[in-house]
Amino acid sequence: MLQLVLFNVTNGLIIGAFYVLMALGLSLILNLSNVINFAHGNFLALGGYIAFVLTPYIGFWGALLVAPILTAVLGFVVERLMIRRVYSRDPVYSLLLTFGLAFIIQDVCRYIWGPNGLPMTVPDVLAQPLSQNLFFITGYRVFMVAVVIIAVAGLFAFLRFTRVGIRIRAGTLDLDTVAALGVNVGLLRSLNFAVGCLLAGLAGVLAAGQIGLNPNMGDDVLMPSFIAIIVGGVGSLTGTLLGGLLIGVAGALTTIVWPAASEAVIYVIMLVVLVVRPRGLMGEEGMLT
Amino acid sequence: MSATTAVPAPALSLRPWLTAAIVWGLLLTVPFWLPLVGGYTALAARVLVMGLAAMSFNLLLGFTGQMSFGHAAYFGLGAYGAGLSLKYLAASTPLAMLMGVLLGGLAGTLFGLLIVRRRGVYFAMVTVAFGQIAFYIAYSWNSLTGGYDGLRGFVRAPINLGFTTVDIANNDIAFYYFLLVVFGIAVGLLGLLLASPFGRTLLAIRENERRARFLGIPIERHIWLSFSISCAFTALAGSLYALLNNFADPMGLHYSLSGEIVIMAVMGGMRAFWGPLVGAALFVVVQDYISSMTVNWMSFVGLIFVLVVLFFPRGLLGMLQGRGSQ
Repeated sequence: MLQLVLFNVTNGLIIGAFYVLMALGLSLILNLSNVINFAHGNFLALGGYIAFVLTPYIGFWGALLVAPILTAVLGFVVERLMIRRVYSRDPVYSLLLTFGLAFIIQDVCRYIWGPNGLPMTVPDVLAQPLSQNLFFITGYRVFMVAVVIIAVAGLFAFLRFTRVGIRIRAGTLDLDTVAALGVNVGLLRSLNFAVGCLLAGLAGVLAAGQIGLNPNMGDDVLMPSFIAIIVGGVGSLTGTLLGGLLIGVAGALTTIVWPAASEAVIYVIMLVVLVVRPRGLMGEEGMLT
Repeated sequence: MSATTAVPAPALSLRPWLTAAIVWGLLLTVPFWLPLVGGYTALAARVLVMGLAAMSFNLLLGFTGQMSFGHAAYFGLGAYGAGLSLKYLAASTPLAMLMGVLLGGLAGTLFGLLIVRRRGVYFAMVTVAFGQIAFYIAYSWNSLTGGYDGLRGFVRAPINLGFTTVDIANNDIAFYYFLLVVFGIAVGLLGLLLASPFGRTLLAIRENERRARFLGIPIERHIWLSFSISCAFTALAGSLYALLNNFADPMGLHYSLSGEIVIMAVMGGMRAFWGPLVGAALFVVVQDYISSMTVNWMSFVGLIFVLVVLFFPRGLLGMLQGRGSQ
């Protein structure tokens, strides 16, 4: 029984870690630019495929480093060319735009790499179980969680200690004032979008090593990421972090008692939060209205 | 409404009648001219159904100023309500439509309570998440809904009018006119609603929520009512969709359909009453054509989204109106 619980908590933490990476990126973009990036799951897939292409040349470790950066560059370009044009318009347009982009990116992935799943090999060092008793804890799983922890810590440090990060946080609170102080807000939003895509790309590389690649691999993570943001509270990155871990672990623990309801419990948590505490766990009062 | 107040008075009074006459003239004669241009009646039926869904949705987006990205849920609930009623309750088409509207409308009314305080993208995000609840239930409640394969095993029943029976089950043209009658009643109700003081109040909320609040208008209650009514009409469209296909599937609840409903409203012109119908006609026909031409239809549909947003944000009727008023 203990083993079963541990097994599912581990699973939950790993799934939660993916939700967190996705939801933090979505949250960054949502907070600063007021855009819901429906294509975020497709940037995850792009990250995975880029890593798949690069691995034969620079190896898994090189791909782990380079693929997210290339995803961020793609995100930067997409933001500069398209999304930037709709910031001043009704939010419906930014939603439709990222929605259309999601269709296009998914179809392009399917066109280039085919509709079927592709395997991605990870280094042997990571593929071994760590112990006989806890066979489910492979090196790769521990490694994934470690990478996510480093990435999240890096993001929070970036937002706290670098000039761009501080400006992003300030812009989240009051973009007009930040612009009036002489900051190039357009560039700031592009960089912020790129950071969001960087996280999605990283999640893509990690997911590819665990479950392989397919064109719609990001779709299953997108909706829970929205829910992580709603549960954690819009406007709070710490809340998003907690929300992602919470729904990940809750879903996995439900699997023990009632496997069929493991996805339903995520929605139940969202409903309970919306009824009992509409602003979310860590959300600011008035952020939503 | 600042754009229309600039229109000279005679144009304002004539134009709606002219538009309505053109729309109804075209819709009433569909079975005669559509085969000549290479269409088929089922395609026209789909245009009517999606047009009704988009027009119902537009009560919220175009005339209340709130953006739901989860309307597929109510469309799909309408479809499942109708399908389940035909399959398990009775072989009655009117009853099926009623059950569909009730299921979708009540779900919308309940969810509406939780979201009326949200605005802008947050409204959209919560509606998407709610929409996925409906999708998830239909997807995983295998024994009732047929799960991934969808709900089969029902057919629409002929309508008994007392003095005669309309065989909508086998006669495609009769079914098209049946759809048109339902569409006409629903659209007439929507038009009356928009012309009523309630509809005018919704416009006031869209234009300036803060000012409307200062006037003592209960904003949240109006948005809630608008959302519920919009959901009920969308559910009606969904129940018609189930009748059209004799089939209800979980993809009819998926958020990608919600996005399609939004793009129909926007590309036709969300500030024009008939805009969503025009958008639905364009979208359904183009999608039908593209998906018969290439397997990569998703790219083209995505491209429609991107092009409309970047280059034609006011939609077709919006551009026509804009040109006419200058």
